[in-house]
Amino acid sequence: MSAKILSPQHTFQAAWIDQFHAFCTSDALLKSGRKLAAALVIPAMALALFLILWGGLASRVETSLGTLPGPGKVWEQTQVLYQEHLTEREKAAAFYERQEQRNAAKLEKDPNAEVKVRPYTGKPTFIDQIFTSLGTVTTGFLIASIIAIPIGIICGLSATLYQALNPIIQIFKPVSPLAWLPIVTMVVSAVYVSDDPMFAKSFVTSAITVTLCCIWPTIINTTVGVSGIDKDLINVSRVLRLGWFTKTVKIVLPSAMPMIFAGLRLSLGIGWMVLIAAEMLAQNPGLGKFVWDEFQNGSSDSLARIMVAVLVIGFIGFLLDRAMLMLQRAVSWDKSSTIR
Amino acid sequence: MSTYLSLENIGITFPTDKGPLTVLEDVNLKIAKGEFISLIGHSGCGKSTVLNIVAGLLQATTGGVVLENSEVNQPGPDRAVVFQNHSLLPWLTVYDNVRLAVDQVFGKTKSKQERHDWTLHNLELVHMGHALDRRPSEISGGMKQRVGIARALAMEPKVLLMDEPFGALDSLTRTHMQDSLMEIQAELNNTVIMITHDVDEAVLLSDRIVMMSNGPNATVGEILHIELERPRNRLELADDPTYNHYRAEVLRFLHERHAQPDVPSGKPKAKPQEPTPAPVSVAQETPVIEKPTQGHRLTLAVG
Ligand SMILES: Nc1ncnc2c1ncn2[C@@H]1O[C@H](COP(=O)(O)OP(=O)(O)OP(=O)(O)O)[C@@H](O)[C@H]1O
Ligand SMILES: [Mg+2]
Repeated sequence: MSAKILSPQHTFQAAWIDQFHAFCTSDALLKSGRKLAAALVIPAMALALFLILWGGLASRVETSLGTLPGPGKVWEQTQVLYQEHLTEREKAAAFYERQEQRNAAKLEKDPNAEVKVRPYTGKPTFIDQIFTSLGTVTTGFLIASIIAIPIGIICGLSATLYQALNPIIQIFKPVSPLAWLPIVTMVVSAVYVSDDPMFAKSFVTSAITVTLCCIWPTIINTTVGVSGIDKDLINVSRVLRLGWFTKTVKIVLPSAMPMIFAGLRLSLGIGWMVLIAAEMLAQNPGLGKFVWDEFQNGSSDSLARIMVAVLVIGFIGFLLDRAMLMLQRAVSWDKSSTIR
Repeated sequence: MSTYLSLENIGITFPTDKGPLTVLEDVNLKIAKGEFISLIGHSGCGKSTVLNIVAGLLQATTGGVVLENSEVNQPGPDRAVVFQNHSLLPWLTVYDNVRLAVDQVFGKTKSKQERHDWTLHNLELVHMGHALDRRPSEISGGMKQRVGIARALAMEPKVLLMDEPFGALDSLTRTHMQDSLMEIQAELNNTVIMITHDVDEAVLLSDRIVMMSNGPNATVGEILHIELERPRNRLELADDPTYNHYRAEVLRFLHERHAQPDVPSGKPKAKPQEPTPAPVSVAQETPVIEKPTQGHRLTLAVG
């Protein structure tokens, strides 16, 4: 390459272009370059195009709350929402500080005085709602998994139990959990009574609703995975006279693992979607309530704030799925298999 | 000859769509301790069925299996099985696959260290001591079959059952495996029933070759005693007239007296004869409904 640069036929400019050309066409670079393009440039371009289209088209849609917000407005509201969260946190900190000072003063006067610590009762911010929803979906999903995986395994191993449970599963599977919501709400109100509840009723209701929609895909996929075990492997376990526990741990679970995870990912995805709807419908704390409140609020910023929520909901759904994938990779025995 | 394992009047009938199908009828066989028996017969005659009944994986409709004077009708590690397609657990390493069996069989009678040593010993026996930490997917077909044999041997079975153990291997690997098996057999003197399609393999390894008649209602056709001295060497035997006589006997039985019928009554199954590494189970799993579907499509296209 240096010979090319020094050759008299080339002006400096041409040499530079030449060098660049050589650089770009060097084989290894071309390959990694293409990979980079595939991984970064193409999605980035698509994203840019999407933002341009969004910005261009949104301003043409007139609603009673003004035009639909474009990307700029949404970004602005994102910052506002975060700022509101910080302000709220400061207020809370200040509240606790004042309370502490007051209590300290009280104790100084009379060491036996009874001091009360009251919690701060500010409005939950957007960030708070995110964590509420995340907590709810995790709880509901975990409960569902704990119920569904064993049922799926049993159904997969025993044809009789499968025949018994299959009609029930098939009937409840297509029911939108939102239809359950009123029943769940009433049952929780009636059954879950305690003076000092560990969990709020709204939390329990939402979590159970998530559970109700999360169990079906996991049961069905686990059943399919377990019943599809290689017959020879079952024969191995019969010849060895493995106990049911060893058999489940050493043979059934590992071979059904991909299907179980397929079910879990499906469940978590549905659970997250359903949770938002349930929160809107039941006015339970969470991102769904945030969206509903903003809608009722009807200020000129509302649509932009809802849009922020929509994007955050989508992004969290994506992250949840990735997290499940990573978990699957961590527990999967077949590291070479491609998991998507 | 004192009988160690005895198959007595075994018959089995499967319920099928076209009514009951009697696959085996009156199978009688007495096997002495330390004997190496080969089962040979045409595809679909019921060899695997016999083996599975001895293993306890299938229940005979009539008759029964008596091992050391007591009837067996459940699977158990005293009748270890080497499956045709190795059947190792893909998520366990070579060592763990054998160790699982060792722990299961000797969990109460051997200490942890003893079980470890026993696992290693059996893997050394099949020359697999160098690949302890590899997964089944990372070793060759022959190596997998070696591990399968090690797993079976590690159970210290009373009877070792092998269903076409080398059927899926190429011929060169197969000869290696046969030599290994003869070596092990010389050392351990196990009681073995092995199914094979390979006439040379049967003559080389066996004390007796049990030739089965064609199904349905298959039974023991003829029994050939192989009185060749051990240790046997395949190169020396190649020109041995006695060896070739035995070979010819088996071939005559299979292709003259019990030539395969033109229209197979059972499953029309193509058997991989020579170096076909593809597992046979794949061929068996090919759905039978495939042909009708194609025909249906064809009529649709024509119509
Ligand atoms: N569960 C079953 N139900 C109905 N028929 C069966 C069943 N198992 C085996 N058969 C039939 O029994 C016959 C013998 O089968 P088997 O597998 O024992 O043959 P094989 O001699 O081992 O053949 P191959 O050499 O091809 O392995 C076949 O015709 C098969 O269709
Ligand atoms: Mg067979």
